[in-house]
Amino acid sequence: MNLHKLSSRLCPTVSKFRHLHIQSSGQQLEAVAVETESTEPNPLSVFRTSEQNPTYHSERHTGQYYTLPPAHIQKLFPHGLPPRFQLQIKTFNEGCVMVRPPVLELISYLKKADYSKPPLRYILYGDIGTGKSMSLSHALHYCYTQGWLIVHIPDAHLWVKNCKELLPSSSRPSRFDQPIQASQWLKNFKITNEGFLSKIKTTQQYVWTKRESTEKGQPLGVLVDQGVNRMKSSSDVVGAVLRELRLQAGGTTEGEGAFKLAVAVDGVNALWGKTSLKKEDRTMVCWCKPEELTLIHNLRKMMKNNWSGGAILTALSQTGSLFKPQSAYLPSELLGEEGFDNMEPFVPVSVSNYNEKEFESCYLYYLERNWLQHPHSRSEEGKKELIFLSNKNPSILERLCAFL
Amino acid sequence: QINKIIRPSLNRKHVLFVTTKMFSHKSLVNGMRDTASAGPQKFTQEFIDKQVEEFEVGKRHLANMMEEDPETFTQEDIDRSIAYLFPSGLFEKRARPFMKHPEEIFPKQTAIQWDAKGRPFHFLFYTGKQSYYSLLHDVYEKILAIERHQDKMRNKGLFTSDTKQILLTGSRWLLKEEIEENLVENISDQDYMRLIQLMEKLLSMPYCSLEKEFILKFRKQLEVQSSKYEIPALQYDPQGVAFSVADGRRKTAKASITLRDSGSGNITINGRNYLHYFPVLQNRVQLMFPLLFVGMMGRFDIEGSVEGSGHSAQAGALRLAISRALLSFVSEGEVEKMRQAGLLTADPRIRERKKP
Repeated sequence: MNLHKLSSRLCPTVSKFRHLHIQSSGQQLEAVAVETESTEPNPLSVFRTSEQNPTYHSERHTGQYYTLPPAHIQKLFPHGLPPRFQLQIKTFNEGCVMVRPPVLELISYLKKADYSKPPLRYILYGDIGTGKSMSLSHALHYCYTQGWLIVHIPDAHLWVKNCKELLPSSSRPSRFDQPIQASQWLKNFKITNEGFLSKIKTTQQYVWTKRESTEKGQPLGVLVDQGVNRMKSSSDVVGAVLRELRLQAGGTTEGEGAFKLAVAVDGVNALWGKTSLKKEDRTMVCWCKPEELTLIHNLRKMMKNNWSGGAILTALSQTGSLFKPQSAYLPSELLGEEGFDNMEPFVPVSVSNYNEKEFESCYLYYLERNWLQHPHSRSEEGKKELIFLSNKNPSILERLCAFL
Repeated sequence: QINKIIRPSLNRKHVLFVTTKMFSHKSLVNGMRDTASAGPQKFTQEFIDKQVEEFEVGKRHLANMMEEDPETFTQEDIDRSIAYLFPSGLFEKRARPFMKHPEEIFPKQTAIQWDAKGRPFHFLFYTGKQSYYSLLHDVYEKILAIERHQDKMRNKGLFTSDTKQILLTGSRWLLKEEIEENLVENISDQDYMRLIQLMEKLLSMPYCSLEKEFILKFRKQLEVQSSKYEIPALQYDPQGVAFSVADGRRKTAKASITLRDSGSGNITINGRNYLHYFPVLQNRVQLMFPLLFVGMMGRFDIEGSVEGSGHSAQAGALRLAISRALLSFVSEGEVEKMRQAGLLTADPRIRERKKP
């Protein structure tokens, strides 16, 4: 009762709308000034929130969908979103992501972390299809809106299998390069972090060939262009870029160039698993080990916490992994001994299937988008069938609704 | 089933007439014979008598082979012994070897119906359907007899309408084809209806129980549902939660489940979640169907174990087990509906053998 009178004195004009919120939770006072939420109790958008900024997502928004601004999608995720979600964006003409507790937990850690210390490693783990990649993308969106520099590897498994070209490395004799993957990644990196490319300067000279070299003090953009244009040395360029970012992430040297670094790797268990690439060594053909690939080697260096001023967000993935059973989903199983030792200590965040509220809002979202065409799916019975058949697993539900 | 080891004795020649095909009403194709115009194959009475003799002898041989008493060797024993001596994996039961009395194998035939001078024996021969009309005459004779009995009782003053009635439940009138077989002549539909009407009239009279034997000759017993499944009892565990246990089979897969009440729709199979055990959608639909049909979707927790065969057969076995376990939670009417939906029938299809 006192709260009600207090809030009506603070904002007398909107008191009748706030009445609804006060009954639901008592934490309205500080939120009233900051929020721009829609206050009409529209029954159709119970599952939507117009809070576009992940910074302000809180427990109140769990189960609700928020829209990713199209500009952000183009810049931040040129290659980053899971393929099925990209199809969904194309179909629905908008990218809507559900706010879920694991992500909120992750974002709260990111808010509270101390960035002068070495970066914390977060691992998102869970069963197949529970939403680890989507959660990672959501957290990355938060970092982007906060103005961090994003290093995003959408799927590390793509770098350990199905590579068409595997060249022996130019710099080191026992390593192998993957020019196509490296140049592709550099292009996407350029799109995401355009603003930073001119601000960051190289700290040392890099010599690529007899005639080409990058001098000290050049902006990062030049380095990236070097890698994009010259495919042969693109893997080494990736290594150089990562090294530069590691050294300068704390922003200790220049006041202007201070930035926070977010390293996001999806399918991080690929770094310590096996590859399916063969190397022709003398007369025998044997499998490459991951550390013999330049890209993987540099990425592993990134995973160590010997730098400061950022965070390492990772997600495990069984679906793309090589030689791992389908029932494995815990970090110890998927990372293996070596990977686990390397990644320790880390903060595990568990992602699970939808609970009832989340399932409800997913169902309402599909209904509103006219995705569930079958008339029976609109009834209670149909909903129960969907719950049973998908066991509230997000990806299975999505595939199920695709042909309804 | 026979439990002892049978050693066929070698000192006697055992000859059994075992056939695998009922003689059909078609003449034997033999060279240039005109098959269309020749009627049903005729067997002479001597031939049939010889067959009967051979059958009796063969029956005694069989009884001696099986080391049982030849005097009390019934047709059931014969069937059992033949199934033991000639095991057959054929699915069609009529194609398996059998040994039956010649009367059941050879169709009934009419004997010569007139004497040497050409004069017919039966007084109704010139009606064309002598056995049918004589049957009608017999039935009417009995009706008249019962009416006379009724008058006698009325005269004595002992007439009562609530006499012993013949039990007709569980039986049906013989079909037209069956009556034709008994009478060994063809009758039309109207004739058949007339006969049934006359029998009904006989039944409507109070003292019809006098002719009970005669009437029951024309009634056929319907098969009792022999393999009726018993509904598993509802058990209660220490917390007071009801649960029931049931089994199911399909092809070579065997499943056994425990259905617990007041659950939330979790299903665990062989220790794993059903979403992991059955990644294929079709199998999960099979699991869902019994619960959906009865309308108790989110109510139960299911814990199951299954082994054998492939994923589809395992899903079918689980489905049968779930339906059977649900019987104890569901009313009688629902049980009947489930039976009609085919949820309670075990799928008899199994893998057929390889043929060259």
